[in-house]
Amino acid sequence: MIAVMAVVISAAADGSWLKRVPARDRAKVNPYAGQADAIAAGGRLFADHCAQCHGSGAFGNDKHPSLRSERVQQATDGEIFWLLKNGNLSRGMPNWSALPEQSRWQIIAYVKSLGPSEPQSNSNSQEKESQ
Amino acid sequence: MLIFLSFCPKAAWAQEPPYQVTYSDSLEEPGNLEVALKNAAGSPENGNRFLSGTLELEYGAKAWWTTELYLQGQTTANDSTIFTGFRWENRFRPLLTQHFINPVLYVEYEDVNFADRSLLEITGHHSVSDLAIPNAAARAEVERSLEEKLILSTEFRGWNFSENFISEKALNESEPWEFGYALGVSRPLALAAGPRPCILCRENLAAGAELYGGLGDTNGFGWHATSQYLAPIISLSIPKGPTVTFSPNFGLNANSLGVLYRFKISYEFQQAFHHWPWRSQ
Repeated sequence: MIAVMAVVISAAADGSWLKRVPARDRAKVNPYAGQADAIAAGGRLFADHCAQCHGSGAFGNDKHPSLRSERVQQATDGEIFWLLKNGNLSRGMPNWSALPEQSRWQIIAYVKSLGPSEPQSNSNSQEKESQ
Repeated sequence: MLIFLSFCPKAAWAQEPPYQVTYSDSLEEPGNLEVALKNAAGSPENGNRFLSGTLELEYGAKAWWTTELYLQGQTTANDSTIFTGFRWENRFRPLLTQHFINPVLYVEYEDVNFADRSLLEITGHHSVSDLAIPNAAARAEVERSLEEKLILSTEFRGWNFSENFISEKALNESEPWEFGYALGVSRPLALAAGPRPCILCRENLAAGAELYGGLGDTNGFGWHATSQYLAPIISLSIPKGPTVTFSPNFGLNANSLGVLYRFKISYEFQQAFHHWPWRSQ
């Protein structure tokens, strides 16, 4: 059972969705990138909509990928915007197209402001406990 | 209830458009449970005032599948308070990516008696005179039916446009297929969030309008002898709290109530069963 779960989680976090992003979406520019107010607003939106699965520190948990991984942090804003619009329904990621585009860009500005990082062992366990 | 809440410490407001009758393509996020109380109040011209209450439990089973249970009742002035039945609905998203028009397929089983006043949708030749039948007589007739909807929804620059096409067939009576529709348009009052938390600010408010009604049945398709309503809607999503929605529904013809008031309060429990022991095994 554990092996099956490991395969499922590994598949969910393999970033295969990146290959499906059209070039024009990949090149989209975040109008709020680096703006302090937008990052603060994105943090509030992240806490309301994303932290439930990805954790308040965005480190993910046993079932959901970290958003501070190199793969996510190095993805273009347009690629992440495409993912928020379409979701990855077969892998459990809902689409967030009902959130206005501006709000989705604010979330991306916040996530990118976190930067790549691995959770400390203590904070990781706290993160999992808080899920 | 307290034990239940203790397992669900995190709550948030939902992202759905504020419709009371129309469905959009928004599904419940997987693992989330939304609990809602939907009320409808009206005063038929030749009947008694009524207030219906519907408890709605909506669960995101998958990112592409939402399942929902309704428990319904009503109270009528100078009459009685009764349970009117239950519904079990499922919504499926057949396409895995977003398009300009996004379809959702809806299937519902209903076991509801004729005293139901929820008017969650209008189909067939429903008439305001149906609402004047005394509860004792109306509850004796139970209809078990299957209802299907084709839900189409478009997001465009912050606006949501949704269209529902409804068909319903009674399983325990030899009645014809009945049809109905619902159209909705809505928009949040602000598209971007502010940097600071707030309650009564534009980003937490959404407004819209719905138009819905019956389309007759296979013996007589169209607007003849059907009820039709037009409803402006306003909703407030309180951060970390409930979403409150209100809409006065104005009857558009003599077969409709003059005004039907709808009020809904909903609360979303995030990852509702995440902490339950059987989830971690």
